[in-house]
Amino acid sequence: MLPELFFYYNATVITVLSALVVTRSNPVHSIMLMLVMFFHIAALYLFLNAEFLAAIQIIVYAGAILVLFLFVVLLLNLKKELVTQIFIVRWPLGLVAMAGLLVLMFAGIKSFTLGPTGDFTIEKIAGETHTAAIGTVLFTEYIVPFEVASLVLLIAIIGAIVLAKKQIKT
Amino acid sequence: MRIITGMPGQYIPSDYLPILIFMMIATAFGLGTLVVCSIFRPRRTYAEKLTPYESGNPPIGEPRMRFSVKFYIIAMLFVVFDVEVVFLYPWAVVFDKIGLFAYVEMMLFIFILLVGYIYAWKKDAFTWD
Amino acid sequence: MVEFPPLGPVMPEILMTGFALLILVLDLVIKRKETLAFLSVAAAAVVMYAVLGTSGVTFSGMFAADGYSMFFKLIFLLSLILSILISVKYIAIERVNYGEYYSLMLFSTLGMMIMASAGDLIVLYLGIELMALSTYVLAGFIRHAVKSNEAAVKYFLLGAFASALLLYGISLLYGLTGTTDIKGVAAYISDNGLAGNPALMLSVILFVVAFGFKIAAAPFHMWAPDVYEGAPTSITAFMSVGPKAAGFAAMGRVFLIAFASLQVQWAAILIPLAIVTMAVGNIIAISQTNIKRMLAYSSIAHAGYALMGVIAGTPEGLAGMMSYLLIYAFMNIGAFAIIIMLRSEGFSGENISDYEGLSKKHPVSAALMLIFMFSLTGIPPTAGFIGKFYVFMAAVNAGYTWLVVVAVIFSAISAFFYMRIVMYMYMKEPRREVELTTSPALGLALAISALGVLVIGVFPGRLLDLARIAITLGWGL
Repeated sequence: MLPELFFYYNATVITVLSALVVTRSNPVHSIMLMLVMFFHIAALYLFLNAEFLAAIQIIVYAGAILVLFLFVVLLLNLKKELVTQIFIVRWPLGLVAMAGLLVLMFAGIKSFTLGPTGDFTIEKIAGETHTAAIGTVLFTEYIVPFEVASLVLLIAIIGAIVLAKKQIKT
Repeated sequence: MRIITGMPGQYIPSDYLPILIFMMIATAFGLGTLVVCSIFRPRRTYAEKLTPYESGNPPIGEPRMRFSVKFYIIAMLFVVFDVEVVFLYPWAVVFDKIGLFAYVEMMLFIFILLVGYIYAWKKDAFTWD
Repeated sequence: MVEFPPLGPVMPEILMTGFALLILVLDLVIKRKETLAFLSVAAAAVVMYAVLGTSGVTFSGMFAADGYSMFFKLIFLLSLILSILISVKYIAIERVNYGEYYSLMLFSTLGMMIMASAGDLIVLYLGIELMALSTYVLAGFIRHAVKSNEAAVKYFLLGAFASALLLYGISLLYGLTGTTDIKGVAAYISDNGLAGNPALMLSVILFVVAFGFKIAAAPFHMWAPDVYEGAPTSITAFMSVGPKAAGFAAMGRVFLIAFASLQVQWAAILIPLAIVTMAVGNIIAISQTNIKRMLAYSSIAHAGYALMGVIAGTPEGLAGMMSYLLIYAFMNIGAFAIIIMLRSEGFSGENISDYEGLSKKHPVSAALMLIFMFSLTGIPPTAGFIGKFYVFMAAVNAGYTWLVVVAVIFSAISAFFYMRIVMYMYMKEPRREVELTTSPALGLALAISALGVLVIGVFPGRLLDLARIAITLGWGL
């Protein structure tokens, strides 16, 4: 009973906050709402028995990425965005596409059947902690994705310097 | 191959209850203070009182000014190395179980980002002007 | 303690990573950026050699160096070499002669190679991201040009959207089958009779959308014209070949292995997609006045033709699709090489009218452009004809004769805008003096592409055999 209640509370708050984030005309408000949303997502991870992910959600998303977003928002001249009423002229078309996608998703999700569950039961994770469980899988089975991730991060460094540095030193 | 964890409805992270209580108290205290103050505080406003506080000087220009793009590069580098550090946590936990293999893996990971660090350094990404 | 997995099958990727990092670091000490270009070409050649001698599966099936991926890796490396050759002088003219350019290109190619070899959806996703992020940066490489900035932002926003849809598709599939392993997914679907499940179909649709974006198939092509126009021309040449071929590589593997038992269903989605793609590409190209935009729509149309190889769903169809993409690399980069020659200080050379009377002053370049335009139209004895012929034949053998008829009609329409360039070059008087910018590297790229187009056009048998062997030898291993 309690977990369901908690889940529906989080799910509702996350949905409402996401809608608010994309509809605010002041981007700083959007970011603050997003912060609250990230905390709720972290709580959801916690109830899914994924403590490590919950911590990452707070450290990386709420801690680092939101700061990045905030800087980007402050880089832009806000006043123009505040005046612009509608970005896209053909929004009814987008609305129809969105509604269609939603219908499609609901139609599909209804017949969703859960695949086989794995070895990592609640008891097992409680026994060895979630961080260790993630570590074992990440550093034995998912080595290739792990190493490629470092290259993706490297591209982020290069991209930031190439695109945003005032003067590129040659 | 699989890591499907427990579904909601089976698991209650009771260890984290203090954090939940703490956050509820913090929110209640913050909101409560504002509400109580707005009820009891005297309202005597005048023009000077409503201007933004700028260390006692008369405010100049818009409070919201455009940030330099330099902040963006710093923030981006911060995010990248933050993510790198995050990967070190599970690595440290399972290191003794996996052994040399994990060591080599992580050194490769760090080496690739070290190249990025050297690159950023030499490109003056850390100097401020 | 854990055993080390065999590293042999990933050797080309390891070498590529090493070279890309090396060039990134060398950029800090080498002042002449042409040296970096030369080193990058040499690196690509070494990796190409390594690819030829590599096969096997490693990392518990996550990475497969089979014949299929080998053929695609050759396409990526070929397009990388040709694109670097046409870039050397061009990026100096655009005043963006920075060393990062070459290392980003190498990283992008590395991403494509990982995509082609991915045996697991997570690896596939990371390969896509590595390829795409590098290409976004390259599209915005002319930092001082607003159009280039716009290209980068548009490409990034829509690309991120497509990635999100792909992730949603992967997560649905993971929930349904409990695995991200491409073969594991296939086994679970056929063992448990999931084939008709609407939730699985939703996942298939999400995959179609995400791959449709990567290969620029209509109606997910909206980004292509703006991005192709705004990006540096050399990068336009690169990304109209490499990432597109990589998208097809991933698509072929996911659809023909993981979704093998759903072939009827996904073919029903892909057929209208292919028709719309050919229609949009060929018809809108007619009204373009900017040649980069025109070739963007042409590239959309060619995605439609290559898609027919996937729709056929037979080894023959895949072999046709693979040889089509290789041929497309030669002819498209060749055409872009000519466009780059027209670019000189203070003159963009991007308007179709700039080609008027080109044959009078520059007969060789005009003749080469003629070959590439003939090939893009699909006129024998050029390679373009051979590519279309194989794909169409595979589709006919798979029972899609009416689809081939449609494709041939659109192919005839395409002659209109390709031949217009030829007509302008040979039958009109020059309106202005057009100076060509040449360099040995550009000449070499042109020679390779023209030779490729002509040799494959005259002796086509070898190529298809190669593609067929690549498929039968190691399809999925």
